[in-house]
Amino acid sequence: MINQNTTFLGYRRENGRVGVRNHVIIMPLDDLSNAACEAVANNIKGTMAIQHPYGRLQFGADLDLHFRTLIGAGSNPNVAAVVVIGIEDGWTQKVVEGIAATGKPVTGFGIERHGDHETIMKASKVAKEYVQWASEKQREVCNIKELWVSTKCGESDTTSGCGSNPSVGNAFDKLHALGSTLVFGETTEITGGENIVAARCINDEVRSQFMAMFDRYQEVIERHKTSDLSDSQPTKGNIEGGLTTIEEKAMGNIQKIGKKCTVDGVLDKAETPTHPGLWFMDSSSAAAEMVTLCAASGYVVHFFPTGQGNIIGNPILPVIKLSANPRTVRTMSEHIDFDCSPLLQREMNLDEAGDKLLEVMLATANGRLTSAEALGHREFVMTRLYESA
Amino acid sequence: MIHLVLHDAKDMVAVAVVEGIKAGTDLNAWIMDDDRMITVKAKQDIPIGHKIALTDMAVGDTVLKYGVDIGKVVAPIKTGEHAHVHNIKTKRW
Repeated sequence: MINQNTTFLGYRRENGRVGVRNHVIIMPLDDLSNAACEAVANNIKGTMAIQHPYGRLQFGADLDLHFRTLIGAGSNPNVAAVVVIGIEDGWTQKVVEGIAATGKPVTGFGIERHGDHETIMKASKVAKEYVQWASEKQREVCNIKELWVSTKCGESDTTSGCGSNPSVGNAFDKLHALGSTLVFGETTEITGGENIVAARCINDEVRSQFMAMFDRYQEVIERHKTSDLSDSQPTKGNIEGGLTTIEEKAMGNIQKIGKKCTVDGVLDKAETPTHPGLWFMDSSSAAAEMVTLCAASGYVVHFFPTGQGNIIGNPILPVIKLSANPRTVRTMSEHIDFDCSPLLQREMNLDEAGDKLLEVMLATANGRLTSAEALGHREFVMTRLYESA
Repeated sequence: MIHLVLHDAKDMVAVAVVEGIKAGTDLNAWIMDDDRMITVKAKQDIPIGHKIALTDMAVGDTVLKYGVDIGKVVAPIKTGEHAHVHNIKTKRW
């Protein structure tokens, strides 16, 4: 059982935030720079390239989100230092300056007028310095409320709403009471439970902000849908798992915010919270997109309940998987960090499940690799708002 | 053994939490919010994670799960039958 004196061993960064990993990342500004980043990561052991397919000819709010996601991911306290590589210097430096505001080491390289070879050589020299510097960093004792925890479920089925999501909810209730910084989201997957979330908002201002985000997403669906979305939400996997309607899925989804947590604020995609409490982030329900947004918002540990067995991970944010579906636990055991299926046989109660999940969280924070990390799942997927110019 | 779980005593469907439920089997259902048991007989095979009807439902009825509206009945459902996309649909979108 956690309390206000519970501690873990984390990495305290230059800006005071605490991380649980010590990554040196090689981050491309754009699609063209993936190859150079991959080459640097191959050259310098202990670094990691964060490949993605975007960054050219985006504009407006979509471009803002691109920068917010890259700068946020680089600024995440699980990252010790960053090398940024882009096709040209202008936007590359914008990402560098954004990350530099945290005080951590970051250097950028533009490929134009140098080519891949020279860029890879120069970037590799810096990456080597960074990784040796980072390898000297020591973990120190940190208080549990310094740990920012995100949640998003995936490949849900009916057991998610009965077992794994309420386990997260129980853990969130306990963390919230200690003053932790938490987040949930998945705007479309609130559909049918939006009034329950609205009722949990701490005040009218947060409630109207939440409802504005919810209504805006419903308008996006109305504008683009070609059917009643029965083939997309719930997904084919959800339906295979027994979920019938979006309302049923939403009721399962919102079990993750427990029975006591208030919703204390709302975040735009990849936005950083400004105070402790439980935040709602306006976000897609697609697993890798949502978890990447959580990483970009600064969260350092993630709870991922699954029913049918979503196998997602993230390069920056350790993803802890739990499932209450005994078939999933049996057939996909290598992906599951916490088997909460005994809940559904009354062999474990919800309080015990929440405590066990918090134990797994603390072990992860202290350095134990999650299943997704050990299996090499590093899905970094950026959210796009609309087509390129 | 618990074969089924439901959240609220008002729920009209329960979830199979064990594999291989066959038609004709008497099933134990756990009402989680009240922590008490009820029983129902399966009229059809129910895959794990899928729902079984706890009451007869007519076309147009509202289906309650978690004690709230999760959609409408689009084909008649008898107690003990499989309740899913073939007989329940969203009211949204």
